[in-house]
Amino acid sequence: MKKIIKRYRVFLLLAVLNGIMIAVWPDIGIKSLMITKSNMIDMLSVIPPIFILLGLLDVWVKRETMVKYMGEGSGLIGVLLAFFIGSAAAGPLYGAFPVAGVLLKKGSKLSNVFIMMGAWSTTKVPLLLFEASALGVKFTVLRLLLDIVGIAVIAYFTEKILSQEERQEIYSNI
Amino acid sequence: MTITFYVLALSGLALSFFKSREKTKQALKKAWKSFENLLPQLLAILIIIGVMLAVLTPEQISGLLGTESGWVGVLIAAAIGSITLVPAFVAFPLAAALLQNGAGYMQIAAFVSTLMMVGIVTMPLEKQYFGKKATIARNGSAFIFSLVVALIMGIVL
Repeated sequence: MKKIIKRYRVFLLLAVLNGIMIAVWPDIGIKSLMITKSNMIDMLSVIPPIFILLGLLDVWVKRETMVKYMGEGSGLIGVLLAFFIGSAAAGPLYGAFPVAGVLLKKGSKLSNVFIMMGAWSTTKVPLLLFEASALGVKFTVLRLLLDIVGIAVIAYFTEKILSQEERQEIYSNI
Repeated sequence: MTITFYVLALSGLALSFFKSREKTKQALKKAWKSFENLLPQLLAILIIIGVMLAVLTPEQISGLLGTESGWVGVLIAAAIGSITLVPAFVAFPLAAALLQNGAGYMQIAAFVSTLMMVGIVTMPLEKQYFGKKATIARNGSAFIFSLVVALIMGIVL
């Protein structure tokens, strides 16, 4: 019990603060509660299949297979696979972190994991359709083209800035 | 899209169960464990987002990003986009409304791009997986890149 309270202490503190907000400024407090509620429902509807697929991936896919397709020396196939996983994803960027965790655990190359996260954040297909309807095709296509370059640059830069030990540490912390 | 994932997950589970009950149980256990690992921070983040969105109204945001706001407006847009974590179905109509109310393409591009790529609120979560340095490097370079995107889109559109 004590352990649970300790793990959730930030959340509990924020919940109490939110409660105080509701008492002091009812309109803003209640509005924020409604937004939190609808975000929570969104999250809970998107997340279960992602985690089930991750669990299955973790149990069934052998490390050697992952290394072969997404590890060091996987080349273009690894990059394309990373792009595909990210673009086919659903949900906000924080949903990509556990996916990144499993990919790393199974021996995927760090830059491929960053490419997956980049694609997850900017090139999701259903999101693009929605963006095009709201902001226009020209805006969407131009942003998409620029972001594909950006994903590669950011992934390359983030990997390069880490020393060998720091990369090792990421793998051993997973 | 979400439905596709449910179909995939359920058929995966069925196939897995057919092949090995033991491994399926293991997979579900792992799924629950990694979800529960994420939960404390996720709940905290959801409350922060809720409060922020309740305090910042669309009118206030459009006041800051008017036509003449220039680079200051771009930086404000990028800052708002980096901090907030608005779901896309709120962000895109909001961005469209801002454009109609006279905000520039440059500011909106900066907002949309940082919104997608930079997550200051989720940095503690990201740090858990990638460590401090990689998290700062990724978010920092994504922020700078978003400014470049804004500049190019401001020129082209």
